[in-house]
Amino acid sequence: MSESAIITPPLSDDDIMKLKIGDRVLITGKILTGRDSAHKRLFDLIKEGKSLPVDVKGQIIYYVGPAPAKPGYVIGSAGPTTSYRMDPYAPLLMEHGLKGMIGKGVRSQPVRDAMKQFKAVYLAATGGAGALIAKNIKSARIVAYEDLGPEAIRELEVENFPVIVANDAYGGDLYQEGIKQYRR
Amino acid sequence: MRRDISHEKIKDTVARLCIDANYFLGNDMIQAFKSYIENEESDTGRDILKQLLRNAEIAEKEQVPLCQDCGFAVVFLEIGTGVCFEGNIIEAINDGVRKGYTEGYLRKSILSDPVKGKNTNDNTPAIIHTTFVPGDKIKITVAPKGGGSENMSEVKMMKPADGIEGVKDFVVDRVLRSSSNPCPPTVVGVGIGGTFEYVAFLAKKALLRNIGERNTDPFYADIERELLQRINNLGIGPMGLGGRTTSLDVFIETHPRHIASFPVAVNINCHVARHKTAII
Repeated sequence: MSESAIITPPLSDDDIMKLKIGDRVLITGKILTGRDSAHKRLFDLIKEGKSLPVDVKGQIIYYVGPAPAKPGYVIGSAGPTTSYRMDPYAPLLMEHGLKGMIGKGVRSQPVRDAMKQFKAVYLAATGGAGALIAKNIKSARIVAYEDLGPEAIRELEVENFPVIVANDAYGGDLYQEGIKQYRR
Repeated sequence: MRRDISHEKIKDTVARLCIDANYFLGNDMIQAFKSYIENEESDTGRDILKQLLRNAEIAEKEQVPLCQDCGFAVVFLEIGTGVCFEGNIIEAINDGVRKGYTEGYLRKSILSDPVKGKNTNDNTPAIIHTTFVPGDKIKITVAPKGGGSENMSEVKMMKPADGIEGVKDFVVDRVLRSSSNPCPPTVVGVGIGGTFEYVAFLAKKALLRNIGERNTDPFYADIERELLQRINNLGIGPMGLGGRTTSLDVFIETHPRHIASFPVAVNINCHVARHKTAII
């Protein structure tokens, strides 16, 4: 895939198989947010055989707990949170159709295996660049779990949201490759 | 000499420091990004460092937080023994945190109880470290600490026989195991000596230094330089995606130790290395 290709959810298996580690991708369209507490709730609902408050099929979940929006802003600073905390829940969500995850930091082997098995990708956003990333978010609305405050599930409308493919559906891992290349 | 300092004065100062620390990245960090961009071999790494510079510009211009994780409000107090408070200084500081995090549109990330708790919705209570010094002023430093980097920290009760080489290996290994999680390029605080709880405080206190500010003891200053080089040879790079820039600096703080103990602590700060100080 060429540099800075644009992807728009919902994503198909074919869309996913075009993505390789190191690709720079811009996301335009609607994505969901979710972090620790929201993941636990979704996970528990699936385990209990109940339906989810949001449809994750073909979707991308962004691991973020935004800062409050100042007056005149649609959202506060909104950079990625550390992804490994969502590792216990991510494989089950992929099994139920989740195609992409945006966060920061390495994923566990079971999560990497699930990406291969269920054809999904992990996309790295720049941690700590919350003010910059918020510029690519055009609207935000809470779609579930309002009681969780910053951890509520939101639907974000994003435009040219910049990410790098860190794990692809072929088992590639940019974190391992990067260290291999630059270690002295 | 006795000097009265009011509840309002402390509250307003703490509120301003909370906001300033979250909106305005230190000039030392900005300069460090610029100089490390020159030496970064990875294209992705350079791009990320440029994004961080741009992020700092936007945060400053628009007065919004640099990062959505606006941190646990860690407050360091150096209280002059000649200072007299009206009321309770702990309450005044928490009032300041409440005001700063609410009026500054900063994210509230504190749960009232670690297991049973709900969000306190005002980012209180603060973590407060207090020392007493001669004089009639109070020095207040607010260092909001994000969870991602804090989680990569560790205390190790080493054996005295491990010596300084053991300390160095532990620090480098801790950074290696942290990989991308603490948002590299990081700042690494190291505590050596004291007791179990005090060494963690030393590592935290080390993070209050500005980039390039060496330990005044040349022995430890050399170790800081050596550790920085070893860490930047790990290849972790900006956001862990590979590169030369893993940490911007390493700071060591020390304290006398018990003959049987050799505590070492590593406290990692992300590239949003926040700390702002006021003297009132």
